[in-house]
This record gives sequence, structure tokens and C-alpha cells, in this order.
Amino acid sequence: MQSTGALEAKKPKLARSNKPLLMKGTSKKMKRHWQLYLLILLPLAYLIIFKYIPMYGAQIAFRDFSPVKGFTGSEWVGLKNFSDFFNSPNFWVLIKNTLIISLYSLAIGFPAPIILALALNEIRSMRFKKAVQMVTFAPYFISTVVMVSMIILFLSPRLGFVDLIVKLLGMESINFMGIPSYFSSIFVLSNVWQGIGYGAVIYLAALAGVNSELYEAAKVDGASRFQKVINIDIPGIMPAAIILLILNVGQIMNVGFEKIFLMQNPLNTSTSEVISTYVYKIGLLGANFSFSAAVDLFNSVINLILLLTVNYFARRVSDNSLW
Amino acid sequence: MNKSIAIRESFGDKFFLFLVYAFLIVVLIIVLYPLIYIVSSSFSSPRAVISGKVWLFPVEPSLAGYRAIFNNPQILTGYANSLFYTFFGVLINVTMTVMLAYPLSKSTFYGRGFIMLLLVITMMFSGGLIPYYLTVKSLGILDTRWAMLLPGALAVWQVIIARTFFQSTIPKELGEAAELDGCTDLGFLWRIVLPLSKPILAVLVLMYAVGHWNAYFDALIFLKSQELYPLQIILRNILILNSIDASMMVDANQMAAMQGLRDLLKFSLIVVATLPVLALYPFVQKYFVQGIMIGSLKG
Repeated sequence: MQSTGALEAKKPKLARSNKPLLMKGTSKKMKRHWQLYLLILLPLAYLIIFKYIPMYGAQIAFRDFSPVKGFTGSEWVGLKNFSDFFNSPNFWVLIKNTLIISLYSLAIGFPAPIILALALNEIRSMRFKKAVQMVTFAPYFISTVVMVSMIILFLSPRLGFVDLIVKLLGMESINFMGIPSYFSSIFVLSNVWQGIGYGAVIYLAALAGVNSELYEAAKVDGASRFQKVINIDIPGIMPAAIILLILNVGQIMNVGFEKIFLMQNPLNTSTSEVISTYVYKIGLLGANFSFSAAVDLFNSVINLILLLTVNYFARRVSDNSLW
Repeated sequence: MNKSIAIRESFGDKFFLFLVYAFLIVVLIIVLYPLIYIVSSSFSSPRAVISGKVWLFPVEPSLAGYRAIFNNPQILTGYANSLFYTFFGVLINVTMTVMLAYPLSKSTFYGRGFIMLLLVITMMFSGGLIPYYLTVKSLGILDTRWAMLLPGALAVWQVIIARTFFQSTIPKELGEAAELDGCTDLGFLWRIVLPLSKPILAVLVLMYAVGHWNAYFDALIFLKSQELYPLQIILRNILILNSIDASMMVDANQMAAMQGLRDLLKFSLIVVATLPVLALYPFVQKYFVQGIMIGSLKG
């Protein structure tokens, strides 16, 4: 693989020189630029130790891991951990919870920043536009812990302003965080609240790049503002939207551990337990390393397959794809 | 006739624009209100907070919540730890990122396709939590400060952003000229490239810093000793798990007052924990936007 990469990189020169000379040229170049190779040693070591060794260690999913024997010394058990997972009563619950939360996130969280960007793009007053952008971007920088604390505070039946509104409407106090069926909505809507401004940045950039002649032509043709949005703006952001959609779909089984874990409480686990939180609890808290590594690996493989599939279709139906 | 069409259309457009403004104002209020509510509550009295009197502005203004924070050694240690992890974490991050991104930006660098492939693979696939944990454990750095600095020493996305920046802003001729004048690669990087790359360095520093300040996951799985906890873990214990050690309630004797103070403290804590990021917000926003732009060039 290394050698083909090198050949490709040197192709233009290959036309003029023969092979041995090229090899000599490459090693000469490497010698002259030895400092660059020195530079990447440390980052390369990092990649190997913290990314590739764990990847190699993922094989414990097929073993009965014991800390004494290590990644490769533990007994090989084949697909036992996987079949244990598929046959466990938790399997379908986890898959269902994970999919509900992620598809819900995608359905609401993906279009929300697009709508915000399209709306902002209509505004001619730069001050108002800047102000909205500034404010909507801010929640992105709130940490997950603080974000979840805010959710819990606001929704608490004793303290939060949401409760005051509920009472104002003449209803009884509701313990939002304790009701399993509310969990996914709370998760998704708070994500939109936090991420909408950040998500809009990329679309605003795409909109700024739309050829202004298109707008002028539309004006001459008597198009309304709304028609311009539909016929010029939306096609303008399509490439960016498709790329982001591919990336999102490739993460469908990865609903963020950090936020869900913090939002969980004993009352809502029936809908809030997802694969990542399950892996953490079984694996690290329960020290059931091999089994949870298998669950995790299953999850990663599904994600990879989804990413490749969506990318494949995106490339076939449009010109936009990751590669 | 022409005129009437123009008027009709402009009415439709005006109405559409009105809807757009209305929508954005609603969005603005929805995003802004919770933030204002938090800040106003944090400056109110415990009594006003628990009786739900705070709507928009602080009620019975007081600094009781903030005083409670500064009387709590746990929170102060967490704050100091977070500053430590953020400072040294960013130092390591930016150094490592430049060390990898700069060689990768040179078209003459043999093997860069292979290293890019190594990087991209890590973005699409990972070994998972358990092997990651076991690897860190086998290095013997569990429950040490290193566990907060080394496992996240490099972020692939930031390497790609930096590489794209170097490629597009440092002219190739500059490097060739320097080489002819006998300047070494390291000398060129240090004396020419880095001074020209201040914007990207700012992007990297801020992105990594916000990440470190807000992170809690590595601390959750790698740290056991209380005195090493970063602020976010302390926040989790107080805000989410609701466990406050009794020592901080020294000046509150009555149950009711304690409960009020405990609730008030949560609001003040949120403000204090978010303060460093908010203080830098104008820069942070500007450079994050730049980072997203550069990232999307290649993305």
C-alpha cells in the first residue's frame, strides 16, 4: 500500500525518468527532509497507541478477556459474546431506544439549522442578523454537564420556570424527567436549542456563495421572495446538506453517550438506555469487558455499513459524496 | 397594470418577510430566555429562587450563591484542575497538531497519502470504549493527570483543518526559496510558517480549549481521586447527582435555608462554570466560524 501511494505521488516525474532513478530521488528527498519525518514521529506514536492499539484490542469481543492474559492471550470464544447479546432480553430494547432517539434527532435536528439559515439569509438588516447569529451560536459552548443541569432545573416540578408555566395553564405539576415517554423529546429538543446556531454557520456560508446573478435574474422574472428561497437558496445549499446528511446517517447508532448518560435516572431508563450507556455500565462498571466490547463492535460495524451505503447512494443520485 | 402587479407582489413579499422576522424573534427569545433566567436567578436571594419569583430580572439581589461557591474547597480545586488540564492540554494539542499537519501539507512529503489514510480510518472506525480504557490502563496512567492529557493529545479533525490552512496559505515558492537559502525545514516552520499562521493557531487553541474545559467523559472513566477531578465532574456531583458535602453549608443552620441555598448554588455554579468561555465568546465565535469554514473546504 505504501509503495503504490508513492508511485502515484510521483507519477508526473515517472514519465521523464526510469524507475531506479525515481527510487533514488525519493530516498534523497526523504534524506533532505528528514526533519519533517522527525516531526511526525510523536503524533504517529500517538495514533498507534491511542487509536490503533485499541482497534487491535477490539478482538477481545471474540475472546473471553482476562486482564492477566491481555488482548491476544485470552481464550478465543468466537461469536459467543455476540450471540449472547443478540439473545439477551435487552437487545431489542436497546436497538429500539437507540434508533428512536437517533431518527428523531435526525428528523428534527437536521432541518432546523437549514431553516434558521434560510430565514437569516432573508434579513437585510446586518445588525439584526448578527445579533441572532451571535445569540443562537452561544449555547453551543455550554458544556454537556451544564446543559443537562439546566434541563433538570428548568423541568423540575419544584423549581423550574416550565413548572410555573404548567401551573399558569391550570395543570398539575409534571415530573418531566421521570416520564419515560418524554425522554426522547427532551433530548432532541434541547439538542436543537443548543446546536441550531452552530449548525447554521455552514449553510450561511453556502448561501453567501450563491451567485448573485441568479437573484437578479429571478427579480427580472418577477419571482417572489418565497420563490427565490425555493428555487435558488435551497438548491444552493444542497451540496453541503447532502454531505452533512451522509455524516449524520453514518452516526445513527452513535447517539451521544455523554448527554444521555447524564439525563438518565431510575425512572426513565426504560426509554433512555441506549447502546453506548449500556456498554459503559456493563463493561466498565460491571467489568464484563468482552461482552460489552462485542456490543460496541457490533454498533461500530453497523455505523460503518450505514456510512458506506449512504455515501454510495449519494454518489449515484447526485454529485455529492464524501469520496 | 404593471403597477398593480408590483404592489401585489410586494405585499406578498412583505408578508413573507414579516413571517421571517417573527420566526427569528421567537427563536431569539427561546434561545435567550433560559440564559437570562439562569443569570438572574443566580443573583437573586435563595428565598426568591425557591418560591419561583424570578421571571426576568434578579429578585431581592444577593450574592449568597456566589459566596457559597467560594466557600467550597471542592469547587475551587475543580476549577484549578480544569485550568491546569485546559492549559497543558491545549499546549500538547496544538504542538502535536502542527507537528503532524505541517508535514502532511507538503506535497513533497513521501507517504502522506498513507498517513492521511491512517487518520481518516480513525474518524470512521474506533476500537470502542473498552479496548480504549484497557489500553490507557495498561500504560499505567489511570488516575493520574496524564490520563487527562495524553489520550486526547490530538484531534484528527483539527489536523485536517490545520493542514488545509497550511496548504492554501503558505505559498510553495516560499518554501523553495527558503530551501535554496539553506533554511532547514524546522527553521522554516518556526520562523516563517508559524508567524504566518496566527489565525489558524487561534482557531486550534480555542477549539481545543473549549473542548478541554467542557469535557467530563475521560475524567469519568479514568479518574478516581477527588483531588484530580476537573470542574465538570464536580458540577455533575452537585448539579445532577445532588450530592453536596455538608461542610459547605457551614453558615446555614436551618433546613429551609439550606435547601434554598443549595438550589441557588446550582444557578451560580452554572454561571461560574461557563464564565471562562463566555468571557472569550466574541473571539471564540469568530474563530470557530473560521474553523468550520476551513474544515468545510475539504470536508
